[in-house]
Order: sequence, then C-alpha cells, then structure tokens
Amino acid sequence: MRNIWIITKKELKGFLYTPIAYIITAFFLLVSGFFFYNIVVWFSGQSARMMQNPYYANQLNLNKMVFESYFNNLAIILMFLLPLLTMRLLSDERRMRTEELLLTSPLKISSIILGKYLAALIIYSLILMLTATHSIFIIIHGNPQIVPLVTAYLGLFLMGAVFIAIGIFASSLTENQIIAAVISFSTILLIWVISWIGEGAGAGWKGILSYLSFFSHFQNMIKGVVDTKDIVYYLSFSFMGIYFAYTVFEFKKWR
Amino acid sequence: MIEVENLSKRFGNLEAIKDISFSVEKGKIWGFLGPNGAGKTTTMRILTGYLPPSSGTARISGLDVTADPNRVKKKVGYLPEIVPIYPEMTVKEYLRFIAEISGIQRKKINSAVQGVVERAHLKEVYSRLVKNISKGYRQRLGIAQAIIHEPEILILDEPTIGLDPAQIIEIREMIQSFRGNTTIILSSHILPEISQVCDGAVVIKEGQLMANMTRDEWNKNLEIILTSQQGIAEQELKAKFPGIQAVKLIKNSLMITFNDIISNINPLLQYLIRQRVVIKEVKAGLEGLYMNIISTEGSQPGLSGSHQ
Repeated sequence: MRNIWIITKKELKGFLYTPIAYIITAFFLLVSGFFFYNIVVWFSGQSARMMQNPYYANQLNLNKMVFESYFNNLAIILMFLLPLLTMRLLSDERRMRTEELLLTSPLKISSIILGKYLAALIIYSLILMLTATHSIFIIIHGNPQIVPLVTAYLGLFLMGAVFIAIGIFASSLTENQIIAAVISFSTILLIWVISWIGEGAGAGWKGILSYLSFFSHFQNMIKGVVDTKDIVYYLSFSFMGIYFAYTVFEFKKWR
Repeated sequence: MIEVENLSKRFGNLEAIKDISFSVEKGKIWGFLGPNGAGKTTTMRILTGYLPPSSGTARISGLDVTADPNRVKKKVGYLPEIVPIYPEMTVKEYLRFIAEISGIQRKKINSAVQGVVERAHLKEVYSRLVKNISKGYRQRLGIAQAIIHEPEILILDEPTIGLDPAQIIEIREMIQSFRGNTTIILSSHILPEISQVCDGAVVIKEGQLMANMTRDEWNKNLEIILTSQQGIAEQELKAKFPGIQAVKLIKNSLMITFNDIISNINPLLQYLIRQRVVIKEVKAGLEGLYMNIISTEGSQPGLSGSHQ
C-alpha cells in the first residue's frame, strides 16, 4: 500500500506542477458549462410554453429534460478529455528513461501502475466535484429528484474509472503521448458505439454487444437505477485495463 | 561480490551478450571496457534485475538476479547511462522520492537524503529544479540516487560521459571515496579512467568476454609503437631479456608482457635505441593492451587470460 501511495503522491505533484491538469479542468468546465447553459435555457423556454397548458405542465420533469441530456453530454466530453489526462502516465516514464529507475527499484510493477491509476482517479474525482456546481444550481432553483443525480455521478465516476484504465493501458504501449491519447480515445469510442453493430444483428448478438457498450449501463444510472450488473461491468472493465498495462510491462521484459 | 556465469542475452535474433563469465570480489572496483554496442549496458541491466538473462546466471551477494529480483534490487544501486531525472521536481523532492521507492524507512529518509547531498556535494542546488541544474550536477545527482540506500553493489554506466575534465576528476574522486564495502562496476570509454580508478577490468567486444584482468596484470604490459617493423625478431628480444614473459609484434607495435616491469623497462628501451630502432610512442598498462585485445579477431582471451 505504501508503495502505491508513493507513486500516487509523485503523480499528483506532477499534475500540479504541469499545466495539463489545469487545462483539462478548465476546458471540461467550460464545455460542460456551455452544454448546461444551453440545456437550461432550452428547458426554461419549453416550460414557459408548456405552462400555458395544464396537461403539458405536468409533463415537465427536471431530471428527464435537464439532467439526462446534461449527464450524457458530460460522458461524451469525458471521452475526449480523459485520454489527455492519462496519456503521459506511463509513456513519459519511458521517454524520459525514468522507467529504468522505477523498474530497478524494489517497487513492484503492480504498485507503479496502481499508483498512477489512483492519481488520475483522484484528479478526475476533483474535476467531477467541480461540475457539481451545475447540479447544485438546479437544486437551489428547482425541485429535482436527488437520487438519480447521485447515481448519475456514481455512473460518471465508474465510467471515468474505466476510461482511465484504458488510458493507462494505451500509455503503457508507447513512449509517445499523442499515440497513447489516440489509442485510448479510439478504444473508448469503439466500445461506446459497439452497440450500434448490435442493432442490425440477431437477438443473441444484440444482447452481448449492448452489454459491452458503456452507453447502456450508464443510461440505467442516469435514471436512478443502480444494478450490481452495471457496477460489476465497470469494475471488471477497469481491472482489465490495469491488468493489460501490467501484462505489457511483464511482456516487455522478456521480449 | 558479483558472480556471472555463462550469461547470454538475446533480443530476437540479436545476441547482445554471449556466454559471459566473470566475478568481482567484494569491495573491488571493476571496469567494463568495450566499444559501443559491445553489450556492456545489457550486462549491467541484467545485474540490476532490469532485464532477465536468456540463459546463464548472475548472482549479487549470493542472490540470483532472476530468482530473487526484489532482494537484489535492494542491494544494487544503478546509474544508467542517461541519468533518469524528473525535470519538474526539485533536487530535494527527487532525492526524497528515490529514498521512498528504494524502501528506506520513513524515519530515516531525511538523514539518507542529507547524507547523499553531503557525499555528492549537492548542497548548492538542493532546492533548484532538476531541469535547471548543470550537466555536472545532474551526473552527481545520478550518483546520489544510486547510493542513497547504501547498496552493497554500485553499477555505474558511463558516469563521466559528457563532462568537462574538472568534472570528470570530481566524479572519479567521488567514486574512489566509495571504496571500501561497496563493490563497484563502472563502464567507460576512457582508458586512463579505468586504469586509475579500477582494481581490474573486463573487456567485452561484440557480446563476448575478451579479457578479464587485474590492475597488476595490465601494469605488466608495455606497448612500443614503432615507425615500421625495423626487422625486430620477437624471439631474440625474449632471449636477451629473461624478465620478458611474452613478446608479440602486431603491425608496427611491439606488445610486451613483463614478469617484472620496473627492473626491465629501462634496459629494454636502451637496448632498442642502441639497435637504432625508431620509437614513435610508448604506452604502458591498460592503454597499450586494450587496443590489442579489441583488434584481435574473434573470441580469444587476452594476454593474461582468465585470472581466477
């Protein structure tokens, strides 16, 4: 445990000393704020019109009309930005030749990778907390259901954990940060849209492919449904990414 | 104590090192010589536990590097050829980080860091960013990170590369100051460096061990470079001077191994001058020997062979 924390601490400092985490945070807040603003403006326009008619007025729902699209937008922004947070984690060690330093120290490979994973997860959680200001704004001025908000944040956290694990794996493959970012972004995108293939396929395939996609699991959580199946899905996906990165390191030794 | 037996390493089809065996006794400083790409770095990386060998064994203080890599890593300090630095850290942060990953107990980290700052003379740059310190300081920082956990074995891959003469001397003196309980392996291209600092040296060429010799052994050698061969008969010289163990004439240079160099060197040179032999250059010790070993075709033990 102590060894994992040593690496986490070093990476957190690295995030603080280099501009990348600040830039990612700033742009994440800018873009998500833009989407949030648009959705809220759209909602208030809709509600002004719908209030005219008592039948429609009952249909107004903050959770459905604001938060569902807002959280889906957040997830898409994450797909673009998290690969940038993780791209240098392992690739930079190789480029700077500090990988040799870490691998000739008594640290285990697993501690190195888990330490880095944890650091990215902490930074990501902080970014996510900052977006909570948007939700708090709605809670103050409106009356949404709270439970779906909490589960949606849990869903975002878990999905981000998977993206970071994929990013770490991509970063273990190359010493070039850009290549790492491209690999992790494309992998996330492909897994995201894999359910599209399922649309046209037979019933059996459709089930499997939509289970594999990030999208369907996240939809449950936005609606306030927490299924162990979804949690297991995200956790096992994260584990797989980390394990693949570990395998890359083990494999490189024997190459 | 370092023991290497029949060590080989292949990268795909490339045989980086082939069947290397040697050993270094505890507390000795041993040089690693050889042209670029000879396999010095690969051998060093195996000794640090960074690379597993394809076959053969390497033992550090009796521990097998492949079977027990984690215990070996605690006993070995390693300075790679390119000093592994984190440019955005300060010297202080960097050394603290190294102390932590080396498994030094939390309570002892401060004193360990202060200790290496003292020994590697890093006080002036202690709170500077690593990316802003000069090449000489960077190299000292590299040595500091290698010795912070007081390793039994210190492996230094070209510790003086790219330094100016004053800095080279400084690093050499620093290495000399570690003499004692630490066994040191040191690779270099600079022959005088090896012959001044080291107790012995191995010569590697194209992945093969060409020679393993002690300082006494290389000090018995003299290379006399002539302007031409000038009709020198190897046997005649040997017969005239009983103190000569072996004589070889390779192109224009006369390679001589003495039993006792001190009492024979003057008479030999005087004799050659009286014979009107024109001498261009005389090289004593390792310098004369090295080129001879390296220019030898194929695998062949050096003049002194394996001394163990």
